[in-house]
Amino acid sequence: MSGDGQARSHWFDDEAGPVVRPYAMTRGRTTHAAQHRLDLIAVVVAEPHVDDPETDHTLSPEHVDIVRLCRGTAQSVAELAAELDLPVGVVRVLVGDLVDQRYVHVNRPVPPAELPDESILRDVINGLRAL
Amino acid sequence: MIFGRSERGKPATEPVTLKILVAGGFGVGKTTLVAAVSEIRPLRTEELLTEVGRPVDDLSGVEAKHTTTVAMDFGRITLREDLVLYLFGTPGQERFWFMWDELSEGALGAVVLADTRRLEDCFAAIDYFERRDIPFLVAVNCFEDAARHPVDDVRRALDLDDGTPVVLCDARDRGSVKEVLVGVVQHAMARASGRRRTVAI
Repeated sequence: MSGDGQARSHWFDDEAGPVVRPYAMTRGRTTHAAQHRLDLIAVVVAEPHVDDPETDHTLSPEHVDIVRLCRGTAQSVAELAAELDLPVGVVRVLVGDLVDQRYVHVNRPVPPAELPDESILRDVINGLRAL
Repeated sequence: MIFGRSERGKPATEPVTLKILVAGGFGVGKTTLVAAVSEIRPLRTEELLTEVGRPVDDLSGVEAKHTTTVAMDFGRITLREDLVLYLFGTPGQERFWFMWDELSEGALGAVVLADTRRLEDCFAAIDYFERRDIPFLVAVNCFEDAARHPVDDVRRALDLDDGTPVVLCDARDRGSVKEVLVGVVQHAMARASGRRRTVAI
């Protein structure tokens, strides 16, 4: 049994490439076609009509968790990542899958380089003052 | 008389989301500032650095290390049911600049938090926002044991443009942080309307 610990840490060979465990959930995918739309503050909204994701066996437990979290309250990508304790990159891929399968849709934040409406900014100021 | 709607069938409110970045050197109080106004305990998101297409760090000598984690703390302020402001503390280390690019995309503006005892720690953040034309203000966190300096001295020391506001604040104090954030939004608005005017002419 001696030296077992060492052997165990080298059970994979170099051919396998880098081993990044969280990305096992995405089956090794690090990007998704929909990913360019997924800002950290993009809002993920569960489609109200969808069937129970738990009965869909093509979904992973993490997919199901995301749908469940977004039901009732829309969640930002950053919040989902924090809540599920997953790297943002992983959440992006999983949310992309769910968009494809129409379990959720994503609301983009104000596009980059386009400042939001002046009236929204005024609302922000008033909202902050009222806190 | 059926007012109640089932939770399941009710579409969730889809808020407009905005973000303000909080930058500054390590230990200057970024997370404290976020915590002072956030309705949630600051959350942490992490990103792994080994992504496809990204030049992989030289791992020779540290082969056991396969990934590096960058953490970003963030808070949330629900201003209205349909208007939510997120505050993101930027990763302090300069080697994580690439994360800033993603964070700053679409940001309303930024706070550069400064400590007068080590102003140089925020030079990099100021350069970054100036170069990318992101509206920002400098908020001097008034640590109790630090000497107070007039705002104009800080402005000179940082070589700021005249238009960039400098304010004093206490990152632990909700009221003070609220004013800082209002200042960022006002500055962003003033710049935007200035630009609109230029376009009109």
